[in-house]
Amino acid sequence: MKAMRLRNNLIIAVCLAVLYFGIAYAMKQRMLSSFHQVNLYLMGINIIMAVSLNLIVGFTGQLALGHAGFMAIGAYVSAVMTLKLGQPFLLAVLVGSLATGVVGVLIGLPPLRLRGDYLAIATLGFGEIIRGLLININYVGGAAGMNGIPKLTTWTWLFIFTVATVLLIKNFINSSHGRACIAIRENEIAADAMGINTTFYKVLAFSIGAFFAGLAGALYAHYFFLIQPQTFTILKSFDALVMVVFGGLGSLTGSIIAAVAITVVNAALQSLGALRMVIYALLLVVVMVFRPQGLMGTKEFTLRTLLRQKGGSGLHDYRKQVD
Amino acid sequence: MKIVSKWIIMLVLLTFVAGMVVGCGGSQTQTPAPAQSEGETASSEPIKIGVNYELSGAVATYGSHTANAIQLAVDEINAAGGVLGGRQLQAIVLDNKSENAEALSVATRLIADEQVVAHLGPATTGNTLAVVPVAMEYKVPVLTTSATSPDVTVDPQTGQTREYIFRTCFIDPPQAIVGADFMYNVLGLRNVAIYYDNGNDYSKGLYRVFKEEFTKLGGTVVAEEGYVDADQEFRPTLTKFRDSGAEGVYVPGYYQKVALIISQAKEIGLDVPFVGADGWDSPDLVEIAGADNLNNTFFTNNYYSQDDSPKVQDFVKAYTDRFGSAPDSFAALGYDDAYLLADAIERAGAADPEAIKNALAATKDFEAVTGTMSFDEQHNPVKEIAIIEMVDGQQVLKTKIAPK
Repeated sequence: MKAMRLRNNLIIAVCLAVLYFGIAYAMKQRMLSSFHQVNLYLMGINIIMAVSLNLIVGFTGQLALGHAGFMAIGAYVSAVMTLKLGQPFLLAVLVGSLATGVVGVLIGLPPLRLRGDYLAIATLGFGEIIRGLLININYVGGAAGMNGIPKLTTWTWLFIFTVATVLLIKNFINSSHGRACIAIRENEIAADAMGINTTFYKVLAFSIGAFFAGLAGALYAHYFFLIQPQTFTILKSFDALVMVVFGGLGSLTGSIIAAVAITVVNAALQSLGALRMVIYALLLVVVMVFRPQGLMGTKEFTLRTLLRQKGGSGLHDYRKQVD
Repeated sequence: MKIVSKWIIMLVLLTFVAGMVVGCGGSQTQTPAPAQSEGETASSEPIKIGVNYELSGAVATYGSHTANAIQLAVDEINAAGGVLGGRQLQAIVLDNKSENAEALSVATRLIADEQVVAHLGPATTGNTLAVVPVAMEYKVPVLTTSATSPDVTVDPQTGQTREYIFRTCFIDPPQAIVGADFMYNVLGLRNVAIYYDNGNDYSKGLYRVFKEEFTKLGGTVVAEEGYVDADQEFRPTLTKFRDSGAEGVYVPGYYQKVALIISQAKEIGLDVPFVGADGWDSPDLVEIAGADNLNNTFFTNNYYSQDDSPKVQDFVKAYTDRFGSAPDSFAALGYDDAYLLADAIERAGAADPEAIKNALAATKDFEAVTGTMSFDEQHNPVKEIAIIEMVDGQQVLKTKIAPK
């Protein structure tokens, strides 16, 4: 079993390396057009957004509607670090993400001590408050936002951060802390009775999700070089939520597939003008009607499935483990 | 049931794959084409121009009206024989969802993949700023219609004019200067109040310039207040204005709030002239405020749809016939944008971005729907500003003033 896991990890590492060097080579040889590159970066940022929101909504079962607000904090803090204070990119990204994580704790603590949908309302308001604050802070440009942020998000950084996000969240979910979060999603009272500190784990998951949303924001700011309060509206939060629901609540691979698919569909529909959003919405409705649990449900697409190795049906189901 | 739903997933996935193939394939098959056309200079191939507008999302009405008018102008130009002795224009229209990242994505697709010779749009300042670096990197001229911030054509850090960026609308300061001039000299007011939108750079910019200009002329600003987007109740502030002895109020905001402000002002008996800027220009202004309340109000605008000049009337008729509604200033600016570009291509003598850029910069006395325009050194058009008076719900041209 251990040898097999090692082999599987090796295969994944090789696949990732091939993906990384393949795309880096294609970029260097100009085989990948600039337009495809822009969408590649959007894909990476969307994957981080969807996977981190899935940890909160899909795995811990807490509906949060303020992911764009966290993204905004990460984007603004990191942009201030590089543009105004002249700090290096890596430090800016880390400070931006950490600041977002801290804000996540502060925002999450009061509503997460309660049961029910209070978090949804609190985060909804939080997202708007952040936007309102940013409009009124002249230091970061007010309504006009910050322009001319250095373009420091390279393919290497994007790749490293995207893979790291997915790996860290996957390992968190597979740890005992992650199991506690899943237990809270399944039945909060039962989890409480089992001795799980529900508030602690809810806030933990929430602030980890916020941290990575801040990371996505920092990468966004340093690729699209222009950030404005109006970029981070409630619609941006819904975009991330749509990806999570579309891919399956409680499936990391589902979120990744959904983030990639939605980015591609979005780009493909650019030429349709006003019809674009209608078709986009129609696609989502079709999926939700025929696949209410999302593309992947709570299942994960793993190497075991692909190689049909030992482990029953092959699809890895977190819900089964909890039962 | 399970099998059926599996098939549906397959179908959806297939749609994605098909979308990918169409999306990517489309640009791939078209990429080699311009490379060939570069070789043969006197080709009869259509000249590609990129149209990057807000067709969906928050400001979809601005973008779609502009894009409609651009399409109308391109069709007219093509019907009249095209440019450069018979070459047709081909407008590639893409939607940017009113989002910055999307505007950049669309601009990259148009400029790098489709290799357009010029890029029209987008409509708002934020989206245009997102396009600027792409245009500067690939050296393709961008002609925006309604992005009013000075930063669009001038780099605020270096103070240098951005070589490849132009616009057909006037920027905010001249509007406020003309507004102040009009209130002081034409209406003869000496004491005015200002009511501006505190969450909006456009409004705040107009407020600052207006205040400066009005004071310079010799008038007094007796009261000034800001409102925010969520405000619905303006009576307390308006009462303060009434008690301060204001003879007129300058409201540089957007029509939704302006309509509420004016109707509430009439309710409390603040019966003085209200003056505003192009944010007022919408049929909804009359719908919300009521035709009676709007008497004795004025605003500065790019163009006036009832102008008797044949150029304006032909445009208004052609647009109304095709799209079923009268054109607003966004449409008029879009129409001018396309004609100005065609004129620049003609003057450049070649469908080459660099030559077109030089021709655009040299534009002098170009006859447009929104007035005769020339570009100044900062790539802003120099043209007269129309002052519109609302009379029983109808727009009437009061006067035209050139900014000093």
